[in-house]
Amino acid sequence: MKELVVISGKGGTGKTSLVGSFAALAGSAVLADCDVDASDLPIILDPQVRERSDFLQGHHARVSADTCVGCGVCQSVCRFDAIRGDGPANTFSKRTFRVDPLACEGCGACQQVCPRNAIALEPVLAGQWFISATRFGFMVHARLGPGGQNSGKLVSQVRRKAHDLARTQSAGFLLVDGSPGIGCPVIASVAGADLVLMVTEPTPSGAHDLQRVVALVRHFKVPAMVCVNRWDLNPAQAAHIEAIAFEAGIVAAGRVRVDDVFDRAQRQKLTVVEMASTDVGRDIRRVWINIRARLDGLAQEKPS
Amino acid sequence: MRIAVASGKGGAGKTTIATSLAVIAAERGLTTTFLDCDVEEPNGHLFLHPALCQKQVVNVPVPQLDEKTCRDHGVCGRCGQACHFSAIVCLGDVVVVNPDLCHGCGACILACPANALKEVPHRTGVVESGQAGALRFAQGLLDVGQAMASPVIRRVKEWGAQEVPAGLTIVDAPPGTACPTVEAVRGSDFVLLVVEATPFGLHDAALAADTLEALGVRAAAVLNRVDRFVEAGRGITEFGGAILRGTMPVLARIPADRQVAEAYARGQMPIGVVPRFRQAMERLLTRLLEVARREAA
Repeated sequence: MKELVVISGKGGTGKTSLVGSFAALAGSAVLADCDVDASDLPIILDPQVRERSDFLQGHHARVSADTCVGCGVCQSVCRFDAIRGDGPANTFSKRTFRVDPLACEGCGACQQVCPRNAIALEPVLAGQWFISATRFGFMVHARLGPGGQNSGKLVSQVRRKAHDLARTQSAGFLLVDGSPGIGCPVIASVAGADLVLMVTEPTPSGAHDLQRVVALVRHFKVPAMVCVNRWDLNPAQAAHIEAIAFEAGIVAAGRVRVDDVFDRAQRQKLTVVEMASTDVGRDIRRVWINIRARLDGLAQEKPS
Repeated sequence: MRIAVASGKGGAGKTTIATSLAVIAAERGLTTTFLDCDVEEPNGHLFLHPALCQKQVVNVPVPQLDEKTCRDHGVCGRCGQACHFSAIVCLGDVVVVNPDLCHGCGACILACPANALKEVPHRTGVVESGQAGALRFAQGLLDVGQAMASPVIRRVKEWGAQEVPAGLTIVDAPPGTACPTVEAVRGSDFVLLVVEATPFGLHDAALAADTLEALGVRAAAVLNRVDRFVEAGRGITEFGGAILRGTMPVLARIPADRQVAEAYARGQMPIGVVPRFRQAMERLLTRLLEVARREAA
């Protein structure tokens, strides 16, 4: 099984549409949607949920409004500005303290210092994750709760499950849809991957953000390729981006042209390559062939 | 007044709209500050070309162990028990600190009975600030390889809060619904949610709307890259959830426009080269300020 992780730096470059298309082309794949706070792969893959699990991760502090004496020591140690002095009055104090769960990082500093033991740490339901059947194989996906923390840990959980499934299914490929940016969910999705595909667009933002993901994959020493989507929007910028990547030892997997078939496919809940034969479909096939060749090459290089 | 510009999906047009609104507000004589809180991938500077004259390193305080003091007190292991992030792990008489996992909460310092831990700065990014024409400008940059964006975002917001003028602050927030988005939006008077009018965009915007509701922040939407399909009213009800439940007003519908995309691809601000887009942004700013002031009052 070979694992391809698709990331982009900048959002909205067509990452998810390409992952969906690769799934259609791969023949035997397990999918993982690691963009857990904007999970869009299910929209085009019509997943039939087979297994659903709660993702309990981290804690939130809660002040007992009956026990709090309003001393405020908790507030003085909180580094996250999560403790507010506007809780309800009780027999000890006109104002008690309360925790803003969206600011609380669950560190427990407040619990340690509370002289009345009025603070409890409660486990947080940070989201849910699912194993689903799709027309191209199994998919592991997730939904982070609103304002959820620990998205990196949820990503790791999704990836771990997808690895297990890919092994038991003897799938040829594990295709991972990553999230934009370079922070914790991205780090959690690229670490240890066989190959990372960076999908970008020929704009100054695309070029700028790509340099930061290039630095990231080098930092984690993961082999990578680049794909410029909508390249004909600005051919010179597309070439510039490929040159930046090449200098960093990252070869191009191919270019994909601008076409509104991306939007039409979404509406029909299909992947781009399932739409009637198009030039874009051929572009994507070419990219996939190059990726497969690179994955094969890497597998041969790897001492077994 | 602080207005955050957010989006569920990346690439919805957040930076284009945020920079356009900031520039137009400044042209109208408002004292305007632009804070780029998309610290993983800040792009506002590519269009606003600020002269950056100040640079502040962002540090998270991480524990450093004085091994001798620790051993003298018998390596009690309380710091490891106190740490909820696995940044301090105690195995027998070995204590290992991993700064990359540390949230800088200080719980280990409070737990150590021997004063064997002290906090030292661990760099996670920088805040760069200066002036872009009439705009006050600051952006955060998370160091590559660092996982936690929130401390950098907090520092950008602190910079913006200094010498608060009675003007307008536009916050460019990171996409999504996770902790960086929450940190960027927290404390704003109002949020403009940029919604890409595609099934993916509408779906992600609905999730972002839920997060804003949980945060208790007032918000309005702008539908971006609207094409005939969305114009006909299809798609939105199927994918748009909250926005169409009527809980969030839609301030403008910006049509899909290849000229805007090409200007952006050349690194130009579309308001400078596509007059119809400038008009749309002028109208959007007027409506946004009206609605935000009414909601804030």
